[in-house]
Amino acid sequence: MKADIEKLNDIATQVRRDIVRMVHQCQSGHPGGSLGCTDYFVALYFHVLKHNVNFNMDGAGEDLFFLSNGHISPVWYSTLARAGYFETAELGTFRKINSRMQGHPTTHEHLPGIRIASGSLGQGMSVAIGAALTKKLNNDNSLVFSLHGDGELQEGQIWEAAMFAPHNKVDNLISTIDYNGQQIDGPTDKVLSLGNLRAKWEAFGWDVLEMQGNDMEDVIRVLELAKSRAFKGKPIMILMHTAMGYGVDFMMGSHKWHGVAPNDEQLAAALAQLNSSLQDY
Amino acid sequence: MKKYTFTEKKDTRSGFGAGLLEAGKRNGNVVALCADLVGSLKMEAFIKEFPERFFQIGIAEANMMGIAAGMTIGGKIPFTGTFANFSTGRVYDQIRQSIAYSGKNVKICASHAGLTLGEDGATHQILEDIGLMKMLPGMTVINTCDYNQTMAATIAIAEYEGPVYLRFGRPVIPIFTAPDQKFEIGKAWMVNEGSDVSIFATGHLVWEAILAGEQLAEMGIDAEIINIHTIKPLDEEAVLKSVAKTGCVVTAEEHNRLGGLGDSIAQLLAKNNPTPQEYIAVDDSFGESGKPADLMSKYGLDAAHIVEAVKKVMARKK
Repeated sequence: MKADIEKLNDIATQVRRDIVRMVHQCQSGHPGGSLGCTDYFVALYFHVLKHNVNFNMDGAGEDLFFLSNGHISPVWYSTLARAGYFETAELGTFRKINSRMQGHPTTHEHLPGIRIASGSLGQGMSVAIGAALTKKLNNDNSLVFSLHGDGELQEGQIWEAAMFAPHNKVDNLISTIDYNGQQIDGPTDKVLSLGNLRAKWEAFGWDVLEMQGNDMEDVIRVLELAKSRAFKGKPIMILMHTAMGYGVDFMMGSHKWHGVAPNDEQLAAALAQLNSSLQDY
Repeated sequence: MKKYTFTEKKDTRSGFGAGLLEAGKRNGNVVALCADLVGSLKMEAFIKEFPERFFQIGIAEANMMGIAAGMTIGGKIPFTGTFANFSTGRVYDQIRQSIAYSGKNVKICASHAGLTLGEDGATHQILEDIGLMKMLPGMTVINTCDYNQTMAATIAIAEYEGPVYLRFGRPVIPIFTAPDQKFEIGKAWMVNEGSDVSIFATGHLVWEAILAGEQLAEMGIDAEIINIHTIKPLDEEAVLKSVAKTGCVVTAEEHNRLGGLGDSIAQLLAKNNPTPQEYIAVDDSFGESGKPADLMSKYGLDAAHIVEAVKKVMARKK
């Protein structure tokens, strides 16, 4: 197990290198949330998900993942490439014209691994519930995962979905919130307080877990725990504590790096902190 | 003027209910979702037959659109049901991102469209929905004219791959199209061949156009009446062929004159064959409470107004 964690951490570091390089090369994109969620993505695609890199939209017999806070597309694109969905070289086209790697994820350009467009916030949990319901109708015993920003919880549609899933016993759904306490305009506590998130999700009827999202060992432990608690009558919510910008000291913990690209000097400083045994794209 | 008679009146929403049941019988992947308006949408028969394929969402239309989009992943064909207002304006961004842009095979089925919703008033009488939906790339937009056509359209859209907006209404109106008709998406229906004017009508205005045609015939005016049940994709060939013959146009719809069927036809004609055109449509206003027939008369959406529009547009012919 220890070796696995080291290997996963090495991949995560490379994904972080990809993120800052992608955002730097087009001078746009969202590095903060991407860096914060990197460990989750790597754990998911390299350890947790039952998935097939030969992409098929319906994903019968596979675990499905939906990204609701689509602006952290860099971490998803890099993870998909590193997992083998497409060539890593394509990461160099991020946010450029004629690319399959749009600013926010889409199915429109047929990038393997993407099953729904996201970016306009609050919609992904409903979509994940829909996919989970279809799995039940199809007697498909695999799981559906979704990821949401904490600021995104300010969207009303999330709470429509929050009410629906427990009522309908959507217990093949494992949702996660990137609980970094930051959004574009500042700390969530200043912009619009989220209150006691654990109590809120529990009150809605979810099975709530908490996870240290920048500790690979804990990410694996809690995701495995979540899987073991599926199919027991309740949807599962993981409150994932992360630091925005994790892995690059000057980006960490600040909303200022939510949607800002590093300049050349900042890129060099960031890469100097991220040493992986893998190759850059 | 070809004679149209009817023996029965029914609401188009009941045609939807009957079509949904039939579509469900033909294809086990058809599922239905509703936002607390099962009775209004006439979904009871489907629910009774296929309880496990029905999903009560509650009063949460945004969630319903997202769930429908998600359910397509794995092969289901979701039909969502609520009023037209809550099927479009309320959830525009959900439809735009999760359904249209994502290319999902969702059938958005909308009842109580337009003024004929009646007494509930303008909060519920959407007159902008055709415009909203037709502007979405890849969205098919259908507005049916009677019970039989609505039933046939509901069955047809289940067999078509891609997002569809199906619009129908609340009032009982004559059934004048054939039972067991084959509904062809995007193919206009020739109601009456004529040579003096082209009347392009959709939804509840088709019957009004027939009544107008009869009155015009008595005046010696030979009106061509074409039912444009599919507003997008528009049957351009049928429209251009008719206009080449008649040289003037009246469009008729239960919708704002901005963004509806009339504008689609005007755009086609402006590019290919500029032609005098009069609009039978709501003149950029909201509706109000009242009996459907009274509202249709007050807002200029009945046979009498179509007759006046025909006279006006024929006088403009060169």
